This record gives sequence, structure tokens and C-alpha cells, in this order.
Amino acid sequence: MREYLMLLLSTVLVNNVVLVKFLGLCPFMGISKKTDTAVSMGLATTFVMTMASASCWMLEHWLLMPLGMVYLRILVYILVIAVVVQFTEMVVRKTNPALYQVLGIYLPLITTNCAVLGIPLLTTQEKLPFVNSLLYGFGSAAGFTLVLLLFAGLRERLALAQVPGAFIGAPIGFITASLLALAFMGFAGLV
Amino acid sequence: MKLFRLRGGVHPESRKELAADRAIRVLPMPGRLYVPLLQHVGAPAQPLVNVGDKVLKGQLIGAGQGVISAPIHAPTSGRVLAIGDFPAAHPSGLTAPTITIEADGEDRWLETEVASDPFALTPDEIAARVAAAGIVGMGGATFPSAVKLNLSRKNRVRTLIINGGECEPYITCDDRLMRERAAEIVEGVRLIRHAVGAIEIMVGIEENKPAALAAMQAAAMGTEVRVIAVPAMYPMGWDKQMIRALTGREVPADGRTADIGVLVHNVATAYAVRDAVRFGRPLVSRLVTVSGGSVVEPGNLEVPIGTLVETLFQYCGGFAGKPARMVLGGPMMGVELATAAVPIVKGSSGVLALTSGEIGSVQPAPCIRCSSCVRACPVGLLPLDMAAHIRAGDSTGSVALGLKDCIACGCCSFVCPSHIPLVHYFNFAKGELMEQERVKLKQEATKKLADARNERIARIARERAEAAAKRKAAREAKERAAKEAAAKAATEVV
Amino acid sequence: MFFAVVSLTILGSAMGLFLGYAARRLEVEGNPLVEEIQAILPGSQCGQCGFPGCAGAAQALADRSAPITLCPPGGRAVVQALALKLGVEANLSDVKDNVPMIAEVKEEICIGCTRCFKVCPTDAIMGAAQQMHSVFREACTACGKCEEVCPTESIKLQPIPVTLHAWYWHKPVIQPMQAVSA
Repeated sequence: MREYLMLLLSTVLVNNVVLVKFLGLCPFMGISKKTDTAVSMGLATTFVMTMASASCWMLEHWLLMPLGMVYLRILVYILVIAVVVQFTEMVVRKTNPALYQVLGIYLPLITTNCAVLGIPLLTTQEKLPFVNSLLYGFGSAAGFTLVLLLFAGLRERLALAQVPGAFIGAPIGFITASLLALAFMGFAGLV
Repeated sequence: MKLFRLRGGVHPESRKELAADRAIRVLPMPGRLYVPLLQHVGAPAQPLVNVGDKVLKGQLIGAGQGVISAPIHAPTSGRVLAIGDFPAAHPSGLTAPTITIEADGEDRWLETEVASDPFALTPDEIAARVAAAGIVGMGGATFPSAVKLNLSRKNRVRTLIINGGECEPYITCDDRLMRERAAEIVEGVRLIRHAVGAIEIMVGIEENKPAALAAMQAAAMGTEVRVIAVPAMYPMGWDKQMIRALTGREVPADGRTADIGVLVHNVATAYAVRDAVRFGRPLVSRLVTVSGGSVVEPGNLEVPIGTLVETLFQYCGGFAGKPARMVLGGPMMGVELATAAVPIVKGSSGVLALTSGEIGSVQPAPCIRCSSCVRACPVGLLPLDMAAHIRAGDSTGSVALGLKDCIACGCCSFVCPSHIPLVHYFNFAKGELMEQERVKLKQEATKKLADARNERIARIARERAEAAAKRKAAREAKERAAKEAAAKAATEVV
Repeated sequence: MFFAVVSLTILGSAMGLFLGYAARRLEVEGNPLVEEIQAILPGSQCGQCGFPGCAGAAQALADRSAPITLCPPGGRAVVQALALKLGVEANLSDVKDNVPMIAEVKEEICIGCTRCFKVCPTDAIMGAAQQMHSVFREACTACGKCEEVCPTESIKLQPIPVTLHAWYWHKPVIQPMQAVSA
């Protein structure tokens, strides 16, 4: 149990996927203008990432390794991720058309979110058992959601601030993101 | 009496000493009076006279229309010179419908109905007399007083508060009125109480007016009216602040004072009510403070409604040097005047001519988030956040922070160390939202019209098609009948 | 090699079949968004956006093939409502902040041809043949259709004069800070 908790803490805060590993930066900058859309995006990504971690582990251990096709790993992983994303998109569209409109192009773009491919590859590399892989994926996604929400809150306030002309928009966003990344460095050594 | 703790507020220099000790003088009747048809909150009055008509002082010249409105009366006897647009006392400098009256110098009153014992009148009669006299809130809110009386009676108001706050710097007209005509005010207060059936009557007077306090206390001796000193601070004259000070109760954000069983009237309104109920005289004149560093001889004048502001300044000895700014009302909430050729209306408590030393203009600097404005706000809002939303073009966002509750008292702008024009932002946003509301209403209305038109066009087309089909059917039936008849005839022949 | 080809083919087809089945089960009928957008639009079918009517414009907006700033009579209010509905940034600088206009008939040259009131989408023009026409201010959306058909150029869009009732404070303009000399 302790091990799992440590794993979660480590993935959410210490090795945060966005601010420490610098994966998944495009949705981090793209979908962080409003807190409510940021949360929705975070939840969709969490679902995809957890599912992808689980199914990639299964494919890796039950298909690729027994047949000695590990050289096809990236290809197969991308296939699986694309299917999960497509499925998520259908579900969201059916159950919540408004959210579907709000997420817009970023929903299919979860496919190309490098964090979604990166996390299964990392779990494979570290040869984690199934439950650990699942938690690794979920924890990383939770960390992604947390950071997205924090950053969206900051940007909502930034939109009201008087910023020097040259820094309006993305530049001040990047500066803020870097400060946030510095803050997350403070978690190093926690676990 | 124990007073309750107040929220926010500021202590600007009062500068009341300029005019406070000058006794009320009656302004000689000017040659022409310009009486705007809209001097109150609500719908403008409908003119009842024509150009060239002779009118008597106190004659009804504009009838109130709608539920919230007030009638307008001739301030002197004379002839109607024009009915048309005239610059209004408004920061935009735009014109408003105005009746111009040329005084004949006789100042002859219309025969009015004098009540020998006004306390024998029923509450309904008192309210009717107040309505007919065109009395509005004279502290500056200009809400029709009769509407307020009726509303209060319906809500069974328990407490009647008479507002002698007069917290605006410079302005001393209520102070002088209380000092010189305390007995009349107390009678007016008791008449209002009679009209609404309140149980408790309190007159709140700021403690920086000891003479007015003493005079009112002497006049109220032996009556049910209690005169209470309240701390001198701005905005003490805001009705909800006065209620909080005297009763400790808070008026709900989107409610009226009547919701918590309180009715608030200004002292000058009480005085006007007494005139209307006892003598049947409508509201045709009011006390106006003329003050400011540029005025040679500041003072308090009794002025007929419709007198031009410049006439007041001339009577007070003109200007000592060109004034840097002319203001109608107090310096905190009054409106800047582009020209002095605008008329005094029922809600004008003062006219100020200020020197450049008195106004001070500093370039605004960025907000340092010191939160002085939050502490100063008597409503308990966050002026800095509201202004930030409005500056970023998000007026709707500032509504969530309470923009609709802002009373534009100016405390936040007054204390801001960065001199940010906070109230200006709020006024802009309120106007913008109102405009959006208007556009939305219009769009809904035109959408209905467009739908109705489309439906009508479709219906006409359908009816035409039906009629055509019917005609065709009739024609075919006729042809068929003719054919059958011919066939029959043929067979018979055969 | 053989295993790789076969297993990937099987894997790909299985996932394709799964997605195809899911698409059948989770099919969405039409686009509920179009109706919601149409409710936001003014509905006067004026055609200034270039689409035949508000329904066409709503379809284009839902497909994201038209900018949310397409509706001139709607003004800023409609742009903001659309931005909220579609979850996009409202770039208000694109909205021509045109002064509110209204059609006005020049009485001297109106010949009473009735063409304008036949095209008015909101029945805002009153008149009859050989009679002078006039405009109801509250109903006119300034779509300009009447202006196009008028043979004598007597009906024209004019800016609505600002009244005391409609006037409000302009937005405060803050000059950039002056250098403070110590």
C-alpha cells in the first residue's frame, strides 16, 4: 500500500509530467484559459492516459514480448492510444455536446499529446508490474490535471493584470509557467 | 442611544464652514425659468400647457405618467415661452425637454386648498397630496416620495428614519433648514408618520452640525420624534448607511428599505411634505448651497426650480477668478457642469465653483493592490477587482463581484493612492450593461416581429394556394357537370 | 516477420471493428448546437452575414466555417453570447463598433411606392401606395434592405441620436505612466 501511495505522490508532484518532465505542453498552454475547460480537459486526458497505460501494458506483456516484436512497440502503442481517444471522443460527444464543443480540436489532439505516449513508454522501460503501471498512468494524469487547473486559475487573473505591451498573451503565460515549474522543483526529494 | 458599527466610509475635509453660518436668503425671482420635464427617477412628465399660455405659481404644467413619475408645477406666475429642448444638468451636456416660463414679476399663487388640521386627513389623502405636489427625494435620489409612502404603507413599515446626514462636503442647505425651520420639519415628519403608521421615528443628524441638532431637539421636544446624533463620516447620508447606524440592520442587496420595515426620507423632503399637506403647495422651490473657493460670497439660497445655475453664482457676487470646475451637487457624487446655463432641479442640493487647488488632478498610476478601496467601500465590495474586470473588457464579470450594488459614492476613488478613477469605471460598466440590456430587449422584440411576419407570409401563401385549389376544383366540377349534362343530352337525343 | 504482419493485422482490424461498433451505438442525431445558436441570433433573416437567413448562419457557425463576428445587427452582445456558447475567444476588435443606426424616410422625396415596406423583415415600416411611409424606431434593426430598394433614395440609414436616457460614461483611458523624476 505504502509503495502505491509513494508512487502516486511521486507521479503527481515530484515527477510532475508537465512541469518536471516537460511532456504535454501543448494542451498545457492551449486549454488553460478558463478553469472549467481546463478541468474537463484534465479529466478526459486522465481517462485516456489510464486506459492507455493499462492496455499498453497488456499488449506489451501478452503480445509483443511473447512474439518478440518489441521493435513494433511505438507503432502498437500509437494505435491503441488513437483508438482510446476516438472512443473517448464518441462518448463525450454523446453524453455532453457542450463539453465536446468547448474542447473542440483539443479532444482529438489528445492522441498527439506526448505525455499519453510517453507515460506507457516510461512504464515499459522501468519494467513496472501491471498495477504499478496503471497507477503510474493515473498519477501522471492527475498531476497533469492539477497543473492545468492551477495554471488556468493563474491565467484567469493574468488576463486582468496590466502587463507591459510586449508581454501580453503567450509571453507572460510562458514566464508564469516557468515560475510554476520552479515552484514544483521544490517537491524534489519529497519521496 | 447606542449606535451601531458602520462599514467603510471616508472622512473628507468637510469645508462646510464656507456656507454653514450664512442664513437662508430668498433669491429674487429671475426673469426666465427653465423647468425640465424629467426631474425625478422614472418616466418624464407630460406637458399640459401650450406656448403662450398664462400660468400661475404652483399650477400643474406637466402631469406624471406611469407608476413611477412625478408632476411638474410652474415655479412662478407668467407666460409659457417655449416647450422644447434645453441643456440639462448632466455630465454629457445633452439637452432634455424643458418648459421655459417668462416670469411676470407678480409671483401670484394659484388658489390652494389649505388644510386647517392636516392630522385629520386620512393616510390616503396625505399620500395623494404628496403625489399631487410632485415631491421627490430631495437628498439627491429624486425618487417620487408618494410612491415610497404607498409602498411603505403596503409593507407595514415600523420605523421612520429622517435623514439629516448631509455628508457631502461644502453642502449646508439641510443644515440651515434644520437650524431655521426645525418646527416645520418636525411637523412634516409627524405627517409622514401619520401617513405610513410607523411606530418609531428617528431623525439622524451628523454630530458635526451641533446647532442643527440643538434646534431639532428643541423642536422635537414633547413629540414622538427622537433626534439622534450620528458620527460625521461620508457617506452617512446614504439611506442604507443611516439605517445601519440607527437600527443596526442591513438592507438586502437587491431589496428596498421597506423590506426590513424602514422608511427613510430626507429632512428637506419632510419640509416639502408639510408645505404640500398643510397648504396644498406643490414643490416649486428648494434650498441650494452656493459654495466653493471661487465664489465671492458663498451662501444658502431659496431658489425657484428652473433657475439657471449662473443666476445663483451672480447673486452670490460672481467668481473670484475663473473657477477650475463647476459642480452641481456635492464634490463626491455631484455632476461636473460644462456650462453654468443649466437649470436647478428638484434634486439639486448645491452648486459649487471650485478652484484648481480644491480639485487637484493627478495622473492615475497602476494599482498596487493596497486594498484601501476595499476598506473604504461602505457596501463591502472589492472595487479593485471590479475595476480590473472592467478594464479587461469583462463588465459581466464585475457584476458577479457586486457591480449592481455599487452606489457610486466615490469613497474608493477618494482613498486610492494611485488615483485610479474607480467610480468612472463603474459608471461606464453600468451604462454598458444597461445598453446591452436595451439591445437584447430590442432584439427579442424584433425577433418576434420577424417571426410574425414570416408566419404571415407563409399563411398568405397557403391561403392563396388553397383558394386557387378551391377555384380549380370548382371549375373542374363545373366542367364535369357540363360534360355530363352534354353526354346525357346526347344519349337522350340518341 | 510473418507473426508481426498477422498479429498487427488482427489487432488493427479488431480495433477498427470495435470503433465501428461504438460509432453505431453512440451515434448523435443532428447537431443540437445549431438550434441553440439560432436562438442567440437576431432572427430577422436580414442576410447581412451572407447566408440566406439565420438558420444558414447558425449551421455555418456550428460547423466553424463562419466567424462568430458575422452578425452586424447583433453587435457585441451576440458575439459575446456566441463566444460563450462555442467556447472560443471573442475578438471584439473585429466587430465594427458601428454607431447604432436606424432607417429614416426623407418625407419630401418619398413617392409612396411601398417597395421598402414589402422587404422590411420586421414590419418596421408603415405606409400604403401613394402615401408617405414612416419607420417605427423600436422595430427597425438597421438591416438596410429598404435602402437598397428605394427608387428615390429617400429612405436612408441614419445614426440614432444619443439621448440623455441612452448616454453613459465612456471607458476611462489611462495614459501610460509618465516617467517620474525623482
